[in-house]
Amino acid sequence: MLRDITLGQYYQTDSVIHRLDPRVKLATTIIYIISLFIFDGIAGYVVAATFLAIIIKLSHVPFKFMVKGMKAIVFLLMITVIFNMFLTPGEPLITVWKLTITREGIKTAVAMAVRLIFLVIGSSVMTLTTTPNHLTDGMEKMMSPLKKIKLPVHEIAMMMSIALRFIPILLEETDKIMKAQIARGADFESGNLIKKAKSMVPLLVPLFISAFRRANDLAMAMEARCYRGGEHRTKMKPLHYERRDYIAYLVVVCYLIIGVIAGKVVGMV
Amino acid sequence: MPIIMDHVSHVYGADTAMAVAALKDVSLVIPDGQFIGLIGHTGSGKSTLVQHLNGLMKATSGNIYFNGEDIDSEGFDKKRLRSKVGLVFQYPEHQLFETDVFSDVCFGPKNLGLSQKEVQLRAYEALKLVGLEDDYFYQSPFDLSGGQKRRVAIAGVLAMKPEVLILDEPTAGLDPKGRDEILDQVAKLKKETGITVILVSHSMDDVAKYVDRIIVMNKGSVMYDDEPREVFHHYMDLEKVGLAAPQVTYIMKDLQEHGIAVNDDVTTIDEAKEEIKKYLTKLAQGKQQNT
Repeated sequence: MLRDITLGQYYQTDSVIHRLDPRVKLATTIIYIISLFIFDGIAGYVVAATFLAIIIKLSHVPFKFMVKGMKAIVFLLMITVIFNMFLTPGEPLITVWKLTITREGIKTAVAMAVRLIFLVIGSSVMTLTTTPNHLTDGMEKMMSPLKKIKLPVHEIAMMMSIALRFIPILLEETDKIMKAQIARGADFESGNLIKKAKSMVPLLVPLFISAFRRANDLAMAMEARCYRGGEHRTKMKPLHYERRDYIAYLVVVCYLIIGVIAGKVVGMV
Repeated sequence: MPIIMDHVSHVYGADTAMAVAALKDVSLVIPDGQFIGLIGHTGSGKSTLVQHLNGLMKATSGNIYFNGEDIDSEGFDKKRLRSKVGLVFQYPEHQLFETDVFSDVCFGPKNLGLSQKEVQLRAYEALKLVGLEDDYFYQSPFDLSGGQKRRVAIAGVLAMKPEVLILDEPTAGLDPKGRDEILDQVAKLKKETGITVILVSHSMDDVAKYVDRIIVMNKGSVMYDDEPREVFHHYMDLEKVGLAAPQVTYIMKDLQEHGIAVNDDVTTIDEAKEEIKKYLTKLAQGKQQNT
């Protein structure tokens, strides 16, 4: 039940997308998200959808893995759609009691829903094709100019990679403790909200203790191997751009231009 | 109450590309009052198997009957099953959460909906059964030693008064003294209460001394299911699957190879001692007769 979370889960396979430099993938994801909000009209969305479809195809990751990530935002999606539908002023279409659905409302609701879905799928493509270590490496490198303003870039990246690394471990631990308490007759499902919250104590206390214990062990192990932060630390696999990375950047720029033009042209017609 | 496993299989991640068969067509009968050792290499499916016995995991195919009732049938009370089949997980001390030892042990019986008096009585009995002194009852469980913590955790399951007690690697990570204490305590408990005990382990030496039946698991299937001495006859095959017979078995074999006529049909150090003594007396008698 807890294993359905896709965000931050890497899908092991070999593809062009997997081999790209993480910086390319990070930048592309950010540009893609921005593009979703600057592209206008149906033409823009068609371009965005096509781009996403091509990337998914290239990544060799089964589509159902991306859909899994959607489950987490279904609720958010519904709220967005409903609010936009009823609360956008404009030409009324249907009126139920005091609520009015407007033409503009439907338009924005659909647009928002499409944007959100693309956004989530787009970012899960990145996390599915990039190992957490690679991802934080990329972030560190991208943010390294910020070191000049005394931002602890390396430390932030290290914390992120540790946090990501610990997600599956803690999930497994949660599963184990849950089972152990169920074996002692604990009930995590029935009862009202207060009872449910109370029933979490036998799960959360051991989980926190185990998290602290692990953190302590890890810190000790890192110090034992002379880890002392970012200064003068070299990498086993330093990141550097290759030809395919430059091509990828070029493709992204083309995508942006096509999207913007498509939106304008169709808009004019 | 007997448990019957009828052609039980379990597949992890059945609908993905990474499907792993953890149990393959396992059929077992676990009658009342037996002391069973469940042995297998890491990843042989031991832990998966025991989690089926109290309904924590659902079989992919096959049925499990507790006292004649199918545990996966609709309307079967799984909570009652879990109170009858007590499962102590690996490193059970990681599940402790209360501020003091006594309340932690109370957690199980409290979940059964018993009266407060009954809950406390059971907790007290359980703590006595595992041999924890009264001085520790109101200490934080986190201040205890590793072996003591584990005993508290076992008491937490015992307080539910199970009829079948399953211990998954109860000695993992303990020093030899802690290990012997726990195992002796379990053996004593078995003798006093007469409940069924299933001891999961990967060490033959641990279980040989105590159990009356050994089930050897290999790659999700039952490899042997017999009395200890019968199972140890296959020590060559056991080695092939990463297990071993108890050390005394090897010593007796070695002695035989050196022309010393001892019976290799022993499983514990005490039996071996008797056997060697017998041989030595015979030898001494032989010498006397010669002179």
